[in-house]
Amino acid sequence: MKISYYPGCSLDGTAREYKESLESVAKILGIELEELHDWTCCGASSGHVTSDKLGVALAARNVVIADKIGKDLLVPCAACFLRLKTAEKELKAGNQIEGISYKYQGGFNIKHSTTFFREAISEKVLTARVKKPLYGLNAVCYYGCLVTRPPKITGAKNPEDPQDMDELMTILGASVKNWSYKTDCCGGNLILTHPEIARNLIKKLLDMAEEAGADCIIVGCPMCQSNLDTRQKEISRDNGGKYSIPIFYFTELMGLAFGEPSTGKWLNRHLTDTKALLKQKGLL
Amino acid sequence: MQVGGLAQTVAPNSIFRKQVEALSGETISACFQCEKCTNGCPVTIAMDIAPHKLIRSIHLGLKDEVLQSDTIWVCASCETCTTRCPNDIDIAHVMDILRQLSRSQGVKDSQKNVPLFHSAFLTSVRWYGRLHEMTMAVIFALKSEGMTGLAKQANMGVEMMRKGKIKLFPSRLLAGRQVKAMFRQSERRQKT
Ligand code: SF4
Ligand code: SF4
Repeated sequence: MKISYYPGCSLDGTAREYKESLESVAKILGIELEELHDWTCCGASSGHVTSDKLGVALAARNVVIADKIGKDLLVPCAACFLRLKTAEKELKAGNQIEGISYKYQGGFNIKHSTTFFREAISEKVLTARVKKPLYGLNAVCYYGCLVTRPPKITGAKNPEDPQDMDELMTILGASVKNWSYKTDCCGGNLILTHPEIARNLIKKLLDMAEEAGADCIIVGCPMCQSNLDTRQKEISRDNGGKYSIPIFYFTELMGLAFGEPSTGKWLNRHLTDTKALLKQKGLL
Repeated sequence: MQVGGLAQTVAPNSIFRKQVEALSGETISACFQCEKCTNGCPVTIAMDIAPHKLIRSIHLGLKDEVLQSDTIWVCASCETCTTRCPNDIDIAHVMDILRQLSRSQGVKDSQKNVPLFHSAFLTSVRWYGRLHEMTMAVIFALKSEGMTGLAKQANMGVEMMRKGKIKLFPSRLLAGRQVKAMFRQSERRQKT
């Protein structure tokens, strides 16, 4: 299977382990990723806040590249996903977009990575690849805001209670817990502009994961991962607690379950330790 | 009604509502004050005007109160309100429009970090075609708090660098020119 691929800016920097794990896992599953040639920033958090038209134009440029190829487009970042879907809606409606004159075909779908991996690969194929089932790993899956919201743009079937990662991780053998914070907000870029507010939101998620009986949180968005993973020290300092909950990309755990040898390298990039837990569970 | 804790008598005026409706394409006047937006909002605790009151304030024409509120800068764009509004008002999009309007009117000091963040982000995109996180973080730190800001971010920066999470040099793209042109076009439009 060959599909188009828009990594997005974070995957080149702070979320390198997401990029590397996603690409490895795709390869193992026989999916050929064609990175959009010369892709540019989708505008993410800042384009639409500054100007509606600029926000749409920055994202639309990339959707047009994908349209010319005509294959489904895989997007690993939740914010990129929503921006590209928003631009797609404008292009489909035939609205005028600054700097773009192009006759849009629209014969392809834009898919967030969590949905793509759940839908494109059958349970049978996934199970057949598993060398090391994630038995004993108690997890909650955290989707954040923009994988599902707003559903009139994302097309999410179940925006308040998405299931894709839950199902994927269950197939790989993890014990996935129910919790009602799957799509609550981690604060996004408030971590830079209003850090106190963001830290409170992050703390709530960490607390609720623990209350649900999870010893790790599984995510599919670079912003969520970064907020949850890199602030635990500060939150411990401010609250006198001792927060140390591993925050995994779902693709890292797929790699682990498939026995991909680079998994250790990806996990070394996390700020909150992941290895003690995995060793304790006999997974590393 | 009360806005930001201050009781005042308001003579309703539809000019501002019509302006926001025209810019956003949203029907503000459909709001029946059910408060669903506010009840699902994760950051009301830091807002001076709760989301449903903000919508009501637009309806009443309280332009200055709305555009100078903390609310529009504290909003995390989480899209919960938009998803849940029974009248299909895209409140998160209305927030974007209000932020765009507010910038040209001058943002109050206590919230100026947010527009500074967004302009640091877009500066990096304009220069390189893609966001270069380190460039963005340095510009933001310097512009928001000068050297103190830079020192504050430095610890996290060093730790991330140690973990191989920092990309030191931005990518060079052929498409850089196209992106610059989009920015220029957007500026020209805003001037006219
Ligand atoms: S959810 Fe919609 S209708 Fe209800 S108060 Fe908010 S804006 Fe008004
Ligand atoms: S988009 Fe903004 S106003 Fe709406 S619920 Fe989220 S933070 Fe609150």
